[in-house]
Formats: sequence, structure tokens, C-alpha cells
Amino acid sequence: MRVSRLELTDFRNYEHLVVEFPAGTSVLLGPNGQGKTNIVEAVAYLATFSSHRVANDTALVRAGCDRAVIRSLVENDRTIGLDVQINPGRANRLQVNRAPVRRARDALGIVRAVMFAPEDLSLVKGDPAARRRFLDQLLVQTNPRYVSVMADYDKTIKQRNSLLRSAAKSHSSLERETLQSTLDVWNDRLVQFGADIVAGRLEVLDRIAGPTADSYALLAAARNDVKMTYVAARMPELRDDVGQRMREALVNVRSEELVRGVTLLGPHRDDVDLNLNGLPARGYASHGESWSLALALRLASYEVLRDEQSGEPILILDDVFAELDQQRRERLAQAAAGSHGQVLITAAVSGDVPEALSGVRFSVDSGAIVQG
Amino acid sequence: MYQTSYEGVLQDLIDQLVRLPAVGPKGAQRIAYHLLETDREDVEALAGALLAVKDRLTVCEVCFNTAEGALCRVCRDETRDPAVLCVVEEPKDVIAIERTREFTGRYHVLGGVLDPMRGIGPDQLHIRELFTRLADGTVQEVILATDPNTEGEATAAYLGRQMATIGVAVTRLASGLPMGGDLELADEVTLGRAFAGRRRIDA
Repeated sequence: MRVSRLELTDFRNYEHLVVEFPAGTSVLLGPNGQGKTNIVEAVAYLATFSSHRVANDTALVRAGCDRAVIRSLVENDRTIGLDVQINPGRANRLQVNRAPVRRARDALGIVRAVMFAPEDLSLVKGDPAARRRFLDQLLVQTNPRYVSVMADYDKTIKQRNSLLRSAAKSHSSLERETLQSTLDVWNDRLVQFGADIVAGRLEVLDRIAGPTADSYALLAAARNDVKMTYVAARMPELRDDVGQRMREALVNVRSEELVRGVTLLGPHRDDVDLNLNGLPARGYASHGESWSLALALRLASYEVLRDEQSGEPILILDDVFAELDQQRRERLAQAAAGSHGQVLITAAVSGDVPEALSGVRFSVDSGAIVQG
Repeated sequence: MYQTSYEGVLQDLIDQLVRLPAVGPKGAQRIAYHLLETDREDVEALAGALLAVKDRLTVCEVCFNTAEGALCRVCRDETRDPAVLCVVEEPKDVIAIERTREFTGRYHVLGGVLDPMRGIGPDQLHIRELFTRLADGTVQEVILATDPNTEGEATAAYLGRQMATIGVAVTRLASGLPMGGDLELADEVTLGRAFAGRRRIDA
């Protein structure tokens, strides 16, 4: 799989940019702040229709413009034109081979990509949100159905929170009774969509567990005990019947939810506990160990996507080599060199890129890109 | 800044048009200029129609459909089956179902769906009136025909729960494959629902 042509209009710092990528490895070089990451971010956006850097698409649109457009040609068994118009605050418009596509999930899977970025350290050291996003992006790429489940879930949470807030404010007991009876209905939706998402995440976690441990061993050059456990908010001992457990837990948090006016359990509050040699990685792992674990998670998702369908996913290494010590740098390069698909690398200087990764060089400066 | 808006009355018209659903600034501008070039009598006919809708159109006392007079056309029609009641969100849904000519019962228009974010709960919809209509036992079956989206499903589920105790048959519109569609092109959610709602073929 390869994005052979990328055209950006009003995306980040680019008013207009066209770049053609050859097969194999492309290295984008240039000083910081010139727009290297923005180019690879656009490629990654085509895989998930979300950015790895920001939760809100507004930042993707060039200042003063109301939309951004990414056009691309994707080579797999055949060539597919995939175009996205990013409309912050409104639904994106997608085109496949110039024909409009109504739902994002119908265009998912045309591009599959795994991106390594400096922000990845937050997978280990950061908030639960970073780990949830990691799982969800992989879930959506392996099972596009989840795009609509997640949209339904988000909507349900918003509606349910509004209801809880107005219940907290209501004074008459009659009013409260009505609110409680509608709450039951939203609880049903919460459980329906929430349990579905949790089940999907558990499956993804299960699939990456082995590859993560293997990748960690490769990066750290020693066998370590890597454990990942899904931690469901307010639900200790998550068992098979997630829906039933959620129902029970909802009863327990009901009075607290009514006081605080927010939904206290469900996949939007869950986390993954990363454990290294018996200790929680977040508090105990060294900087180097944390990096190894973050990279191992990314390499594992690359493995999972690689097994998923024909055509190797695109591997994007955005400015990561500068963050790593010599040993990890070389091991990561070794892993990346094993890819038979497209590899996109960005770095400030050529010296940051390990020699194992030779490829076509581009230089990026002041919003322009030239080969060579 | 030099002349950022149109002549007073023209700007007023554009401002009014922009407030209409599905009309953006450009569209409003086009409509305004179109009206400017239209014959006076056609514009009068349009203005008359606008006011007539406002003056003469009312809400049906029984089902909250749009009506001219106290009752809507369906509620006035004695041949409609009073034992079957179809619950919809908006008057335009009545028109959509009427077009099918499949349904011979009566309607109840909720005036929206449960939407806590907009402060719409059961009390803001015509739900109490619905239960008043069900009280005398004439209605044998209630068909819930709200939209198959998050809020529509929640509203149907709420009504279903509330009706469970009053001994009326409650059904939900089937959702599934569109006519003339291809099975292989259906998305998983739609296909899944079509499976769940499959029916026996009567020999």
C-alpha cells in the first residue's frame, strides 16, 4: 500500500502543496517548524479521519480558511483516489474516485497507517485519554463498524450528561421522577454502545499483547515482562458479560452521578494499565523504558494491521529518531527496514536517520517540498 | 469599510430569508434578487401564501398534526381505523407515511424527540396527550415510527416502557434493507438490524 500522490489545500501551513511519493522509503528533511510533520499527518489522517496531534479538527485548517482539503492517490491492488474535505464542527466530505461517500466508515481501510511520533511517549506517561485514543484508532482501522458505534456512544454520553445535569437542578419530586424514567432509556443506550466498544477494545488489546511483548524484547534487547490490563472505570473485575456488569455498576453510581451531573462509567472513562516487570510503567519506568514500551505498542499495531488484509500498512516515523538513544534508534530502524510497504520518515537533519533506512530524500522548507 | 450591506429593505429581506432552514447567505441573496425581478402579482401570491399558512393553519386538537380548523384531515376522516395509532415525530412524517397508502389508522405527532441537550424531555412533547388518548381502550396497537437514530430510538424505547403497563400492543417500524438495494452494499448496522427483524414467509 502506498500513497503515491498527496495534494493539500489549506491544510495546516500549506495553502497548496503537491507531492509524489515513490515506492519504498521517503525521507522528509528540513528544519523544525517548516511543515514536515504536517505532510505525514495528512497521510495518517486518511487512515483514521482523525489527527494524532489534536482532538479537534479546527487546528488542521490553515488560519483564516474555513476548510482544508486532502486529495490523494492510493496504490494497492489498484489505484484509488481518496479525497477528504475537512470541515471543522461539521461532517467531513469524502470522495472515493471522485464519487461522494456518505459515511466515513465506507472510506476507512483504503489507507492503513501506523504513525510513530514524539507524542507517543504519552501512551505510557500521559493521561488515560491517550491510551483510549490509541486503542480506538486501531479498533476503527481493524473494524470500521466502530466509527458509527463510537459516534452513537458519544451522542448518548452528551445527552445523558445533559439529563443528569438537569436532574441535579430540578426541585420538584415529580420533575425528578420524569427525569429518572428517561434516564433508564439512556442507560440502555449507554450499555448497548458502551459494552460493544469495550468488547472491541478488549479484542484489540488481546491481539496486540503478544506482538507488544515481542517488540519490547526486540527494542530492549532483553526479555521483560510486559502486561496490559484493561481497567474499566467503576467496574472492578471485568468479566465476559460487560453489558450486565455495566448495568449493575450503573445502579451503584446513580446517586453520585445525579450529584455530579456526569456519566461516571463507560469506555470514555476507561484506561489501560501498562505494567513492566510487575510495576506500573507510568510511575516506575525510566525514560528509555517508557520509549521502548510506546514504540512496542506502535510496532504491535503495525503487526496487527499487517495481518488484517493484503497490502502492508504505511509506516510513518515522524521525528522519533531524535528522541531515542543509539540502541533504540537502531533497533527501530531495523524493524522499519523490514517493511515491504511504504515508509515515510521525517527528521530535522539527515544524521538523525539511521543508515539502515535509505530512501528517496525530500527537503521541506518554508512550506515547499523538493525531491533531492 | 465601504458599503458592507445592501440597500435597507433588500438587506432586511436577506436577513429574513437567511433565518429559514436550508437557506444560506448566498442562497438568501439569490432568492432576494430573484424576487426583485419577479412580477408584482407573483410576489403578492407568495406573500399571500405565507400569511395564509400562518393565519389559517392550526394544530390538530387530537393528534397535533397540522390542520385547517380544529381537526386535521386524518382525524376528520371517519373511515380511518381508530384501533391503530401511529406515533411520529413531526407533521412531515405523517405526509411521508400517508404517501405509502399502507396505513389506514390514525396518528399522534409528538412534536419532536427526547433530546436532553436541547432541554426536551417527555413534558415538552405531546406524550401526556398520547396517554390520554390511550386511556379509553379504543386503541389496540401503537406503532412507534420515530427516526432510527440515537434520539429517535431512545424516544421509542421510553414510550415502549411507559406503555408496557397499559395493555396495548406496541410495535416498532421495521428497519433494514432498502427496496431495490443490494445486500452486499448494505452496511453492517443496517444488515444486522435486517437480520434481527427477519420474518417468516407465509406459505
